[in-house]
Amino acid sequence: MEVSTDWYLILSAVLFSIGATGLLIRRNPLVMFMCVELMLNAVNISFVALGTELNDVSGQIAVFFVLVVAAVEVVVGLALVVAINRRRRGATADDISVLRG
Amino acid sequence: MVEAAWLIPAFPLAGFLLLLLVGPKLGEPRSGWIATAAMGGSFAAAVTTYIGLLGLDAHGDADNDRQYVQTLFEWVPAGDFQVDIGFLVDPLSVTMTLFITGVGALIHLYSIGYMHGDPKFSKFFLYLNLFAFSMLMLVLGDNMLLTFLGWEGVGACSYFLIAFWFDDEANASAGKKAFVTNRIGDWGFMVAMFLMFTTIGSIQYTDIFANAAGISESTATAITLLLLVGAVGKSAQIPLFVWLPDAMAGPTPVSALIHAATMVTSGVYLLTRMNGVIDVSASWAPTTIAWVGAATALFAATIAVAQNDIKKVLAYSTVSQLGYMFLAIGTGAYVAAIFHMITHAFFKALLFLGSGSVIHGMDNDQDMRHYGALRKLMPITSATFIIGWLAIAGVPPFAGFWSKDEILAFAWEENKLLWAVGFITAILTAFYMSRQVFMTFFGRYRFADVRAEELEELAAMKVAAAETAVTEAEAGIGDAEAAVAKATEKLEKASEKLVTREAEMADADAADEKATEKATKNLDKARDGVEKAQVAADEATTAVEAARRAVSAAQAQVAHVAAASMGSGSLEFDLFVAPDLGDIAEEDLPEAARARREYHPHESPWTMTLPLVILAGAAIVAGGMNLPFASDLHFLDHWLEPTLVHPAHLTSSASVKWILAIVAVMGGAIGIAAAVMIYLKGRFPASKVELPIMAEGWRFDESIANFMGGPGRKGFDLVAWFDATFVDGAVNGVGRVVREGGGQLRRLQSGLVRSYAAMVAIGAIGLIIWFLSRASF
Amino acid sequence: MTGQTITFIFGAVIILTGGIGVVASKNPVHSALFLVQTLMGVALLFVVQEAHFLAAVQIIVYAGAIVILFLFVIMLLGVDQSEEWQLKESIAGQQPLAAIIGASLLSLGVVIVAIATDTITGQVQVSGERALDNQFTDIERIGRVLFSDYAMSFEITAGLLTIAVIAAVVLTRTIGHDELLPDLEPGPMALPDTSPYGGNDSDYAEAADVSGPEVSGESQGGD
Repeated sequence: MEVSTDWYLILSAVLFSIGATGLLIRRNPLVMFMCVELMLNAVNISFVALGTELNDVSGQIAVFFVLVVAAVEVVVGLALVVAINRRRRGATADDISVLRG
Repeated sequence: MVEAAWLIPAFPLAGFLLLLLVGPKLGEPRSGWIATAAMGGSFAAAVTTYIGLLGLDAHGDADNDRQYVQTLFEWVPAGDFQVDIGFLVDPLSVTMTLFITGVGALIHLYSIGYMHGDPKFSKFFLYLNLFAFSMLMLVLGDNMLLTFLGWEGVGACSYFLIAFWFDDEANASAGKKAFVTNRIGDWGFMVAMFLMFTTIGSIQYTDIFANAAGISESTATAITLLLLVGAVGKSAQIPLFVWLPDAMAGPTPVSALIHAATMVTSGVYLLTRMNGVIDVSASWAPTTIAWVGAATALFAATIAVAQNDIKKVLAYSTVSQLGYMFLAIGTGAYVAAIFHMITHAFFKALLFLGSGSVIHGMDNDQDMRHYGALRKLMPITSATFIIGWLAIAGVPPFAGFWSKDEILAFAWEENKLLWAVGFITAILTAFYMSRQVFMTFFGRYRFADVRAEELEELAAMKVAAAETAVTEAEAGIGDAEAAVAKATEKLEKASEKLVTREAEMADADAADEKATEKATKNLDKARDGVEKAQVAADEATTAVEAARRAVSAAQAQVAHVAAASMGSGSLEFDLFVAPDLGDIAEEDLPEAARARREYHPHESPWTMTLPLVILAGAAIVAGGMNLPFASDLHFLDHWLEPTLVHPAHLTSSASVKWILAIVAVMGGAIGIAAAVMIYLKGRFPASKVELPIMAEGWRFDESIANFMGGPGRKGFDLVAWFDATFVDGAVNGVGRVVREGGGQLRRLQSGLVRSYAAMVAIGAIGLIIWFLSRASF
Repeated sequence: MTGQTITFIFGAVIILTGGIGVVASKNPVHSALFLVQTLMGVALLFVVQEAHFLAAVQIIVYAGAIVILFLFVIMLLGVDQSEEWQLKESIAGQQPLAAIIGASLLSLGVVIVAIATDTITGQVQVSGERALDNQFTDIERIGRVLFSDYAMSFEITAGLLTIAVIAAVVLTRTIGHDELLPDLEPGPMALPDTSPYGGNDSDYAEAADVSGPEVSGESQGGD
């Protein structure tokens, strides 16, 4: 059985849904971030697979940028988590709901 | 000369503005003269316009058909709907302006004398001038909207003037009643105007006249009936006549001007002006008009028979005569209606002004039962009043006979039953007017009579005083009895002391001189004390008996006073026999009665009697306008022909007309004779004729009030509830729905990141599915 | 079964078990470690597809920097003792909804892949420099394309990184003291109560209410 692009795409879909489910279920902000990383990785897999199929290096370039942006996002997000946890120890995502209507 | 038309309403308007600004400063009587001069100027302009109109050829080319339209300026330029301020000078409007300004000027002159001494003198003339302006706009307007402007204006002025002395609640209510009832009619006029605009596309009278033949029958009928509603309100026909008798609360010149000569004729004018439309309507529409008029005429005449207020009789008489005019319109005899309107203006204004003069002379007493034998005391007033009476009763050759006879002739040709109603009304008219004249000017002088209600009042006061005396006397008994109780107590104490002293005396040793002396002295003192106490007790008892006698004396006095005040005589009202005072002395009479014995009724000043004389002259000769003898003498007929679509002509033979005329005269004679029998000679008791239900106006007013207060109020409450629940509810409901919807939507924004994440995910899934469904594979 | 297939299955298993581990671990440190596992698996798959540079960067940057950062924060905040899994789910219907969403995404992905043909992905003309089968090595290729076609994005990314650093510093500075700041009190920015359904102050009151371990989630959308 030849490994085709489809396999990679399906793998990517599975990983993405795992990450999405985790994001919706977990309340610890750090774990929620990790789930976001999972989703981003799924997308990376998909990019590379398709780049390989289309014989284009742009897929890998895209992964490159996704990587950088993911890093940036984690930095800022964790800074926020730290700042929030200064006010309230053990704050979960559900406790930050001051912006409700 | 026809161009002077704009001056006709301009003069009263100028007078109104001038008086508005500086009226109170000018004061009495200058403001009155200014107002009268304004009306005089308006009359002069009317005459000028009339002469100018005569110069226009009656049957020339279509452009110049004896009418002249003078447009001042554009009033409402609203696309298809163009209305200008313009005056239509044609025979009908000029006729009306002539008598409006003429009679109006006379009444202004009269008011100077009548309102003498009133603190709001200049305001009265201000309102009168405003009224004249509105009425002239009504009549001269060249389109329905201008007529409506004047229509509303006269309604408003009527309110102002009726409620002129509004400090009295009754007057204010009368004013409101007039305005509200008028307003109901105004609705009819407005809807007719709207209907006319949608049908023809214009509300100008020239256009209406030209296009009237093209209106469909149902539309014309609708317009006619709606105009009838408006006219019924303004001209006080059934069922909207209830305001006119109440309107007598206003000053008499107001009654004369507004409620006899001018405002109430607006309805007749309107129907005449729109005769083109009435002509094309279904035949039962004019018949309805005729029957409304006839029924009103009869109804009001029956009520007038039993009224005791001099002005109320004339008010119901006006309603009745207006019914005649409507009857004429309904039978197509527009000229007869206008003819009667003019003659009626003259003699009704005359009668009202005359009654005002009588009221003025009789110290503002309006009850005819208190008049009598005023003929010698007020000669000019009585002479002119009698002329007015003869005119309205239909006695030839006075004016009323000619106009009324013409109406009856047309009624005969239309429907014999209508004629019969008109005939009976004519008899009743003669009857109640004669009654009024006899009670006022002939018979016994009743003004100085003591009135039963006055004596009753006096007796009541005296009885009240006597009863207070009784109460005081009874209080005196109480005091006396208290004194008796005290005296008895003292007596008992003194007796006890005596017993003690006697005992001491018995105990005292005979050998002990000093003790014996003392005991003896004490005993004597005690005995004295007992005697004194006894005397005091006896006195107190007599005092009580005296007080009791005083009480019974006071009670006897009460009964005596009551009996004395009422006297043993009979104070029932009787036209011919003076009340029997019995044993009441002259000095015991009430204050008011004694003042009346001193009072001398006097004639009115020249400002009041001059208009009476002029109007009387008009009432005599006005019949000459449209004499039936030869076609040449039908001046009014020829004059008004250009304004009518279908001038009506009598088709009966001359002999029938003669017979009808003679029957009418005999009817009038019967009425007068009956009145002579009852009120002059006293052969027949009046109470058999003046039924109480007629005096109450057949309880028409009451039934309306009961209906409006009872089921009517329920209806209003229902409408109000409907408005609050559905209309307000709908409006508020929109707001509430939005707010509640927003409140529900708000819950979506929970502030919880995970919910938002879930929503994003759901949205993304939705997008994917959508793209998926649109893609082709 | 070629080598590629085996390698792929191997990598896929690593990735998926790591993913499930991230989601299902009670201890956040365990989650971080599972994340590392996943990242390694991804790197493996990159290598299989001849994207060597990316594999290296993945491990160096993702596993070597980002996850380390995660672990630092976990340790700093001491949330390793989170009792999160024992708390009742506070948002009603969130867990079933999550299951549905996960299942939908999975099935949609599979469906798309299964029924899609080449026309979905379309054909793109690839120029010489970008083709994967040209004579350059992987790194060369990436370098050439990155600094010519995508140079602008590269510079912007650099700016982005700078901003991130500044943001991190700004957001986490302490003003004065080192210990935990006192609880929030409703400051001058507390909004007046304009809602017809209840005041905003209640939120601040709840926000100020810090009760250590037994922090319970606020009820969803309370009025």
